[in-house]
Amino acid sequence: MPTVQINEERVALPDGATVLDAVAHTTGRDLTEAGTPTDGGRLGVAVAAAGEVLPRGQWSRTALSEGDELEIVTAVQGG
Amino acid sequence: MSEAETIPAVQVGDYILESRLIMGTGGTTDLAALERALIASGTTLTTVAMRRYSPQTKTSVFSLLERLGIDVLPNTAGCYTVKDTVLTAELAREALETNLIKVEVIADEHTLLPDVIETLEATEQLADRGFIPMVYTSDDPAVALRLESAGAAAVMPLGSPIGTGLGILNPHNLELITSRASVPIILDAGIGAASEAAQAIELGCSAVLVASAVTRAQKPEQMAHAVRLAVEAGYRSHAAGRIPRREHAQASSPMEGIINPVEDLT
Repeated sequence: MPTVQINEERVALPDGATVLDAVAHTTGRDLTEAGTPTDGGRLGVAVAAAGEVLPRGQWSRTALSEGDELEIVTAVQGG
Repeated sequence: MSEAETIPAVQVGDYILESRLIMGTGGTTDLAALERALIASGTTLTTVAMRRYSPQTKTSVFSLLERLGIDVLPNTAGCYTVKDTVLTAELAREALETNLIKVEVIADEHTLLPDVIETLEATEQLADRGFIPMVYTSDDPAVALRLESAGAAAVMPLGSPIGTGLGILNPHNLELITSRASVPIILDAGIGAASEAAQAIELGCSAVLVASAVTRAQKPEQMAHAVRLAVEAGYRSHAAGRIPRREHAQASSPMEGIINPVEDLT
């Protein structure tokens, strides 16, 4: 069971968990393999790992290992 | 339709900016009040910031803008370096599916003044990566031209520091910037009241961005409406062509046919 850092918080995920699972866990939304919400809306979320954007199409193909660090961001009020 | 009835859209890169009033969403915790202000402003483009997802923020502002049919303009607020700015822009593009990015690279948290050296480099990199950079900068006319050459699709000089409401501190600089630009100039920061939005457009700005002036006003919805009218008035005033400034008075009544002064009878 890998423990990963999501937005600097430790989260334990099941074995074999992918970035898609991490995003679903954090946002509480059900997601398709393509990284879009199953309800047809827009997710409005992006993921960075090791200082690079991880495109949503790769989420389901990117397995997580112990100690991986993810940033999951969205739009907030500002400007 | 007569010329006075339509105000044309502004072309920013390959994006069509319909409303000349860009709104910000910061400065308020009341989403319902923000919604009323956004509607009253008539805006078609509104800024958001990119931050870590938290159960509290969720995606409420994004959903609100989507529901109102307002395009999002993500900013890079909080970035101090080129590297942070480019990563934030890439995250915004991935999350929000837009190439628009409001480039904001600040020098320090006290003044929130732009670091124009980092801003210039970030603009070049973002333009190379296919973004439409709309670039927050100082009111320096030389820097504005350099940003344009670096690939800025719009240059966004400040009128005065962010959130101060001090208006346009150097109208001469702003006029110099707009008179030499070949991309749209959008006044970014410092507006405190509607009259200053009108002034910006009169000085040749294509649009204005207003955040605190509306969201922190005592009556945000009413101020949003006032700024909308001011932007329209500024556009029509600019298009109408103001009179030149003169040193001395120039009578507007004819001097011919003036009656003889009445003799003093005392």
